Order: sequence, then structure tokens, then C-alpha cells
Amino acid sequence: MASPALLVEDLSVEFRTRGGIVKALERVNFHVAKGETIAVVGESGSGKSVTAYAVMGILDPAARVTSGRAVLGALDLLKTDRHTLAAVRGREIAMIFQNPRTALNPIRRVGDQIADVLLRHANVTPSAAPKKAVELLETVGITDPARRAKAYPFELSGGMCQRVMIAIALAANPSLLIADEPTTGLDVTTQAIIMDIIAERAKATGMATIFITHDLGLAAERADRIVVMHAGHIVEARPTRDLFAAPRHPYTAALIAATPGPTSQLSDLRTIAGGLPDLRAAELPACRYAGRCARRLEGCAAPLPRVDAAASDALACHNPLPQERAA
Amino acid sequence: MLSLILNRLMLAIPSLIGVVIVTFLLTRALPGDPAAYFAGPAATEQAIAEIRAKLGTDRPLIEQFGRYVKDLARGELGQSLTTGQPVSREIATRLPASAELTLIGLLLAVLLAVPMGILAATKPGSAVDHITRVVSTAGVSLPVFFTGLLLVYVFYFRLGWAPSPVGRLDVFLSPPPHVTGFYLVDALLARDGEVFVGALKQLALPALTLSIFALAPIARMTRASMLAVLSSDFVRTARASGLSPAKVVVTYAFRNAVLPVITTLGMVLSFLLGANVLVEKVFAWPGIGSFAVEALIASDFAPVQGFVLTMAALYVTLNLLIDIAYGLIDPRVRLDS
Repeated sequence: MASPALLVEDLSVEFRTRGGIVKALERVNFHVAKGETIAVVGESGSGKSVTAYAVMGILDPAARVTSGRAVLGALDLLKTDRHTLAAVRGREIAMIFQNPRTALNPIRRVGDQIADVLLRHANVTPSAAPKKAVELLETVGITDPARRAKAYPFELSGGMCQRVMIAIALAANPSLLIADEPTTGLDVTTQAIIMDIIAERAKATGMATIFITHDLGLAAERADRIVVMHAGHIVEARPTRDLFAAPRHPYTAALIAATPGPTSQLSDLRTIAGGLPDLRAAELPACRYAGRCARRLEGCAAPLPRVDAAASDALACHNPLPQERAA
Repeated sequence: MLSLILNRLMLAIPSLIGVVIVTFLLTRALPGDPAAYFAGPAATEQAIAEIRAKLGTDRPLIEQFGRYVKDLARGELGQSLTTGQPVSREIATRLPASAELTLIGLLLAVLLAVPMGILAATKPGSAVDHITRVVSTAGVSLPVFFTGLLLVYVFYFRLGWAPSPVGRLDVFLSPPPHVTGFYLVDALLARDGEVFVGALKQLALPALTLSIFALAPIARMTRASMLAVLSSDFVRTARASGLSPAKVVVTYAFRNAVLPVITTLGMVLSFLLGANVLVEKVFAWPGIGSFAVEALIASDFAPVQGFVLTMAALYVTLNLLIDIAYGLIDPRVRLDS
């Protein structure tokens, strides 16, 4: 295996809330290789975004990383000081967010916002930055970029704002891009264009991409490998084709069964029984899916096997679905 | 932008007309007869009636109002009965005194409160946060005359650092030639260092008194507004882009957080302008607030009406300035005009 762009090991995150301590992430292990695109999927509250925020060091003040490391090159992102981290963010590892309209500064021209990042990370002189910002807008497919650079976010459409976000994220040629639901709220054509822009850049520069989504269809289409999260655990991680051909974790199977396909009818789709367990509970079950699982056994109360962060396959289940014979 | 300004000025006209009518009626409705007041306790009925006729207060209300409006149209605010001076001249000399005091006090408050609010918001629960809370609670709960007297006691009586708290300038100095009416500005224009320092010394304690009072709302609003903006999506983006902490806090967060702070500033300023009577009393400051109160006690109509009208005009101007500031800071506001 090529050396990973990012290796996350034993990452645990807790939130202190009025209702008690929420164990949002528990011993999360995964990696993304150089040039690889992985999708992190799971329902709302499964910890996808928290994982990304923890890696970026932009967690809410109420959150605390209780264990683990996130290795990027020679650097453990979870242990570096604030200033080193600020220098790495945007340069080595960049992030784009959902809701591009609110993710941009409402009272600053988008060209200036791109220029801010260029000045910080890309060895650009203040006089050259505006021109470079216009060029970046052009690379993300914005027509009439010189005029659009002078626009404020409220003067642009949602899709246009997301392109600006991508231009900001890619300004310093990062080696890793985290895209947190980048196409949620955009129409389907715009979705495809946005994803194409990201994919092209990844291909051209060998950038690794972590793509966070709850849209399994989009993940299947765009990712080399899929990491499935449930209630702060990684339950399964496998190359996309294998995962869809033969899901082994009952939760993955349920997610796939709940995803509409081109030929499926409403009656074919199955909902997943129950909801996420209360993560505030003092004693959480070893398998956080056990409460919703139809394949639960007596032995499921035993601790789950530890997932190897560097492996491309991972499975956290005592009673997985049978491995399908070679397809 | 220009059409916005014109638009706002047009909208101000009805309010100013309202102010003219209401102040006129209010001063007439007040208890006390100016004629009786000026005739003195020993005056006969006939003497009082003569004064009343001279003042015109024996005429029907509508006629008095008509005469008042006619004078106003010629720019005359009438004469003060107590001082015998035209009200417009009184206001012209006293308003700059109040304005200078208020503006310096407000400036001082902003210079202290805004950094305090920002630091408190960026480090909630820290020592700065707690100090801000204590100072702003103290600033609000201590009455201005008390802080004023306390400062006089400490800095004049005990330490002797401040000059005696009487008026705008030491009696041995003569005021600078009148240009703006602001002694600090006029002294600078006249290149008179001695007068400048003298005026500054007199100004220090009353301005500090006002600023302690004005500190609280500004610091609190800055803190609250910064907290809201710091948790917004675009600040998260700025952080994720690795922008320096100073850039995130100042360019991204503070510029967005400043709008409610400006609104608060406008409110504080307009409040201070009219309500610094107590400070003016404590420091024998020849301002407009004490002038209006004295006139009110003496049932001296003209100065009271002049005062209220001036204040109303100031509020209108102030609100216009705030609107312009909004438009300059937030591009979304420009569209609405």
C-alpha cells in the first residue's frame, strides 16, 4: 500500500453537554491513500462531520479529543500547537462545507476571500493575489471570473458559492481535501458539476479526498472506497464495488436497502428500525448497532475486534452477513 | 447612497414637526406660570398680568403656537427669560461643551470596551471575561454622580492629579478663539498648547465618569455579538483555511460583529447627550443639559423648546450617520435603499 495521505488512529471525541458527556466518536480508525477518494457515509449524528472537524482542529469548544492521533505526513494533527496547525490548514489539508452561502463571509468580496488564503499560504504578493484569485475562479468554472471576483456571496447562487468555496480550498494545492456534504442543497446538475471539479483536481494533482455524505448513491458513484459510520463507530470499510456487491455489516446492508436505485419503487425501500442509541449513556454497548440489529447474538455484548487503520478492509461485527462467493 | 441619505432626511421631517408640536404643548401644560415666576413673590396681580401680556402667554394657545412657528421659520428660538440671551446663542455656546464632553467620554468608552468585549468573547470564562463582567456591572449599577464624585475625591482631593472640577478651563486661562466650540479642537487650531492641555485636564475626569457608564452596554454588546459571529459557519471556514487567528478575529469576525455594536453606540451617545446633566452638575460643566434643567425649573419655555428641538435634530442626524455606517460595512444594506 502507498503511504497514506492521512491516517487516523483510535480517535475518540467527547462533548460536554448539559445532559452529560456525549461520546461522539469512539476509537475511529481509517486512512486515505494519496490520490484516493474515500466516502464516509452514515446517517445524521453518526459522527462523520465530527471526525472531519477533529482532524481539522475546528471542533466546538465543548468537544474534547480524548484519544488517538491523526497523522498527516510527519505531523500528528491532534498534538501540534495552534500555530503549526493554522499553517497546515488550508495549505496541506483543506475543507469545504455544506451550505456554501453561510460558509462564506457575507460582507467580504469573494475574490478577497480567495486572496486571503493565497496570501497566507501560496507565496503570492499582495499585488498579484487578486489576479491569481480570478484565475482560480476560472479553474472552478465560473464564467466572467473578473466580475464575479468583485461580487459578495449574497449576489451569487448556491452552486456558484460552492465553486468559490472549492477555489478557496484548492488555492494552496492541498494534498488532502475534506468535503463535508459539498452538494447538499444543490440541484442535481450542479451536484454533478461540483463533484466533477473536485474529481478532476484530485486526478490532476494526486490529491486525496475524503467525501462526507449521507447519499449512498453519490458515494457509490464517486468514491474508490467507502467507510460506513454508525453512532461514532466505524462499522465497515471496503472498496466501493465490494461493499455494494456484498455488504457484510448488517447496518451497511440496511443502508443499502434503504437507498433508492433507478428501478426501485417506494415499496422496495426498507427503513432502518430504531434510532441511534443515546450516546450520553454511561455504559454504551460494545456494538452500538446491537439495539437495532436483527442478527444480534448473545456474543454481541463482547468487545468488538480492533479495526486496523491502515487496512483497506475493516469490519466491526460479531455476526456479519456471510461472505458472498466470488461474483 | 445619496438617495438613501435624502430618503432618510425626508422621513425625518414628519418626526421633527411632531417634536415641535409636542414640545410646545408639553411646555404649556407644565404647572407654573412664567409670568408669576418672573414677577417675583411680592408682585401684584396687575404686574403679573402685564408681564403675561408682554410674554404673550395670555393669548389663545393656537395664536401662541402660530407665533412660535413663525419665529422658528426665521431660525429664531426665542429668548431665555432667565439669562435674557437669545436661546440660539445659548445653545450654540453650550452644545459644543456637552458634545465635546460626550464624544470624548464615548471615545474613551469605545477604546476600552471594544477590545474588552472581543477578548472576553474569544476567551470565554477567562480572567478578561470575568473582569469585563465585573466592570460592566459596576459601570451600570453605580450612578454617574457617584462615580463622578468618587473620581473627584480620589484624583482631585486625595491625589491632587486633577484640577479643581469647575468648568471647561482653568480660570487663569482664556478660552481659545471660537471656531468649532470644541476647546480641544479650537486650541489646536490656534496652536495654543497650554490651553489644549488645560482643557484636556478639565475634561479628563468628567469624560472618564461618562465613559465608565457607557462602557457597560458597549462591552456587553461587543461580547455577545462576537460570540454569535465566532460560532458562525464562515468563521469556521476561515479557521479551516488556516487564516491567522488575528485575521479571523478582526477581518472576519469583528467586521461582521460590529453592526449591533454601532447601533448600541448610537443609543448610548444619544442617551448621554441629553442625560449627562448629573455629570455637568458635579463638574460645573457649562453644558446644555444643566441649561435645559434650569430653564425647566423656571418654566422658561423658549430654552426648553429649543433644547428639545436641538436634541431631536441631533438624534435624526445620529441615526442617519448610523444608517450610512451600516451601508458602508454591510453590502447587503445598500441594496435595500
